[in-house]
Formats: sequence, C-alpha cells, structure tokens
Amino acid sequence: MAVQPSPRQLAVLKILLFLICLLPLARLSWGAWQDSLGANPIEFIQRSLGTWTLNFLLITLLVSPARKLSGWHWLLRLRRMLGLYAFCYALLHLASYLWLDQFFDWQAIAKDILKRPFITVGMSAFILLLPLAATSSNAMVRRLGGRRWQQLHRSVYAISLLGVVHYWWLVKRDITLPVLYAALLAVLLGIRALWREQERRRQTNF
Amino acid sequence: MLIRRPSDILPSEITPRELFLRRRDFLKTAAGAALLTAFPAIAAEKLAGARNSLFSTTETPTPYKDVTTYNNFYEFGTDKSDPVEKAQRLNTRPWSIAVEGLVKHPRTFAIEDLIKLAPLEERIYRMRCVEGWSMVIPWLGLPLATLLKQVEPQGAAKYVEFISAADPQSMPGVKSRVLDWPYVEGLRVDEAMQPLTLLALGLYGEVLPKQNGAPVRLVVPWKYGFKSAKSIVKIRLVEKEPNTAWMKANAHEYGFYSNVNPAVDHPRWSQATERRIGEFQKRKTLPFNGYAAQVAQLYAGLDLQKFF
Ligand code: HEM
Repeated sequence: MAVQPSPRQLAVLKILLFLICLLPLARLSWGAWQDSLGANPIEFIQRSLGTWTLNFLLITLLVSPARKLSGWHWLLRLRRMLGLYAFCYALLHLASYLWLDQFFDWQAIAKDILKRPFITVGMSAFILLLPLAATSSNAMVRRLGGRRWQQLHRSVYAISLLGVVHYWWLVKRDITLPVLYAALLAVLLGIRALWREQERRRQTNF
Repeated sequence: MLIRRPSDILPSEITPRELFLRRRDFLKTAAGAALLTAFPAIAAEKLAGARNSLFSTTETPTPYKDVTTYNNFYEFGTDKSDPVEKAQRLNTRPWSIAVEGLVKHPRTFAIEDLIKLAPLEERIYRMRCVEGWSMVIPWLGLPLATLLKQVEPQGAAKYVEFISAADPQSMPGVKSRVLDWPYVEGLRVDEAMQPLTLLALGLYGEVLPKQNGAPVRLVVPWKYGFKSAKSIVKIRLVEKEPNTAWMKANAHEYGFYSNVNPAVDHPRWSQATERRIGEFQKRKTLPFNGYAAQVAQLYAGLDLQKFF
C-alpha cells in the first residue's frame, strides 16, 4: 500500500513526532517535580536518559530498512529529527552524569573516563556523535557533498555498537536487556549487510 | 563482653516522626516480644528492642519507604523494585536456621527461639552498597556472637558460611541463573564474633519486611551490603574460606572480604564516594564504612588491596 502524505500532512506528522519524542523527557521532569522517581531519583534520571539515547539511536537506524520494506520514501524525511533527538538525549545523559552524578568533580570525572571501561566507551560514543550532530543541516550536507556526508554518517553504526557495549559493561549481573539491545542492533545492521551483499551480487552478475 | 546501656537518646530525636508515633502506639499495647511469641500470626508486625547507643550512629535514618522499596535481593529479581513487589509471597513462618559444621552443639533454631535468645537491640547502622549508594537503617536484632556461643565453634572452625533460602516456588529470581543458588556468604570467625555483626530480625520497630531479608538476615555494617546475607536458613562453621555467590559470579570484582574501602575501586563503580539515599550531593566514603575504630584491627597485617 503506497501511503504518500501531502506536504501539509507531513508537516503535521513532523510536529507530532517532535512532541512524542519529548514525552520521555516530560515524564522525567514531571517525576522529578513530583518526587515520584523512587528512592534514588538521580540514578533513575541518568539511566532513563541513557536508555532513551540508545532507543533513539536504534529507532534512527530503523528508518532506512523500514522505508525499503514499506516503500514509504517519505519516512526518510523524519530521520534527521530522530537522529538529533538521539543526540539531545545523549547530551542530557552526559549532563546528568556531569552534574547530578559527579557534581562537576572534574578530577573524579577524568579518572572515571580513563579508568572505568564502560564510561570510556560511552564517552567515545558521545564524541563520535558530535560531528554527526554538527553536520545535520541541509547546508552542511551540501557543503560536504552527499557521498562524503553519507560516509561520515555511517559512523552511527559504530556509535550504536559502542552504546550497546557501554550498556553491557555497566550492568552488574543481569544482562537480559543489553542482550536484547544487541540482538536488535544485530538485526538492524545485519539487514543492511545482507542488502549490500545482494546489491553487490546483482551488479557483478550484470 | 557486650556493654548494654539503656537508650540515652530519645527515639524522637532520630526516628522520623510518623514512625515514632506508631512506636508509641505499639508501646501502649505493651509487651511486644511476649505478644509476638504468643500470637505470632497476629503480632507479626511489631518488634521491640532497646536501642544500643554504643553501636548506633546518630545520623538521620533513611525514610522507611526508601529502605523498604529500594532493595537488592536477587532471589526476587534484579530490579530494585522487584523485592517489594515479589517477596510478599515468601512464607516466613515457620522458619528455622540450622547451625552445623564444626561446632560442639549443632542445633536448629526456630525463629521464635532466636527472638528469645537475648533481649533484642535496636542498632542504627550505616549501610553501604557496592553500587555506590548508602542508607542509615535502624535494625533490630541480636549479636551473631550470641548465637555462635550457644553452639560453641570448634577450634578448627575458621570461617562461618551463611546459606540463604532458595525456593523457586516463592522466589521467582531463583529460576533465573543470574547467580548460583542458593546465595552463599561468609565471614571469618573473628569477623562473625565482632560485636557489630548483627543477626537482624526487624527494622524500624517492626518484624523485617520480606523484601529486606525476612525473617532473619545478617548485617555486617563495615562491609558492602551484599555480604549481609538475607533470609538465612543455614549457618555452617567450616575450615576453608567459603566460595560465596558473588565470588563465583565474578571473583575479579567481588572479593571475600569486601570491606568498604574508598581506596579500592570496583571496575564499574568508583568507591571513593557514595550517594546517601535522599541526599543530592555525594559524600566521601569512609574506610570500613566509618567503623574503622571497631574493626580495623581485625585486618592488621593484611594487604587490603589484595584481599579486597
Ligand atoms: C551514545 C552515547 C551513550 C549511550 C547510547 C548510553 C546509553 C546508556 C544506557 C542504555 C544506560 C543504562 C540504562 C539503564 O541501566 O537502564 C546508560 C547508563 C549510564 N551511562 Fe550512558 N550512554 C551513552 C553515553 C554516556 C556518556 C558519555 C557517559 C559519561 C561520561 C555515560 C555514563 C553513564 C552512566 C554513569 C550510567 C549509569 C550507570 C549506573 O547507573 O550504574 N553514558 N547509558
């Protein structure tokens, strides 16, 4: 079924999506305000922001396979917003760490980043996200040229992988959720590899 | 050996107000322990004990709600909210602890006998979790030494092993393989005999809530929380160092001693600081969780970096 929203509908859709993506943050702010985040609200906020960073990364990675499978090419028009939300949540996650968790104790923070492997990995993922966020505008796409832009933005695969490793390494014992995220990521990356391989075969056959 | 003093701090100075009022109600109904043993089913709520100020901190106790809703008790699941949600089906009566191994008089203590073994004491201890958070909890219980003296450890006994309940029917977490069940913990005999080491039967003037390790658990306040085994069914005196559940899970990260030590980092959590539940800024973690004066001499000559 070919669904093709009109430009107006697409604009409405974008606004709706924009608001929906704010819901996790709204829930956290409300919970913090109401003091309903449990005995350890700081931990709750920090973890929830981390979870949503990873969720948005995976949702962003879902766009292109979903488009290919459904034929809804307009889905691509939503991808930038999702990616930028991943970055926003990562920024808030980092801020919650620097402010709520460590209270700007720079010495402890530096030690953490160097000594605790899961923080090292999380920090690497964040740093790799910076150039992607910085080159997200149409003007930057034009300046870089589509091909180079695309090459640069492929690093999102590595970033997601680092995100999953970060999660895996930080849990104490119960790795159920990290394993689930790893499986989802494997599907999202696997399907790309598969398609690329098919594409390559098709081209060599001709 | 134990110096018991009547409580010289008014409970109202320390206990949150609503609890203090509840305690007053309870005192009006009187004779708590007697009532409890006479009508265990009815009186399973309250438990009385005079505060032992000598062993109690004057820091503000963590609110009851936080103490009883934010728990690590993997037998019920790995989320902090799992124990309070899933532990209520645990049947804690009847219950008994078998004390065996290298002892002169092996014996099984019914929970009712334990309560009568010595006058219960209230002790307000700091509790430091290996994950970097801490609480202050008013426990009720008796020194573990009191129990051990009843069975008389033999000379060959060097360690005490604690074995927790592992009932897949009432403990859903036991069906998962996050840890090797049953949960096993251990102390050296001298650590176990240390007057601070408590066998807790209650907290905040009540019988232990199930999510906190009912009906009887260990409390070793100078060690990370996981050393304080919950819902204990067996205590064995042994010659060799027990292989504890967390050592089996990851000996590299969890040592046998697991004394609170800000100088020895865990790979996942810096141990230099901690977040006291209810506070915003972190505090510095103290060696032996602030109990160095009482326990540091137990480890004289031991390399605490190596025996972490
Ligand atoms: C793309 C980047 C990142 C992703 C995808 C990410 C993801 C996550 C996830 C999924 C969690 C676990 C949430 C839970 O337990 O429910 C988490 C926790 C955490 N992250 Fe990140 N993270 C990222 C970057 C960072 C950075 C840059 C830092 C700090 C420098 C950091 C520090 C932490 C800390 C301290 C925790 C909590 C650990 C705990 O509570 O024990 N993360 N993160």
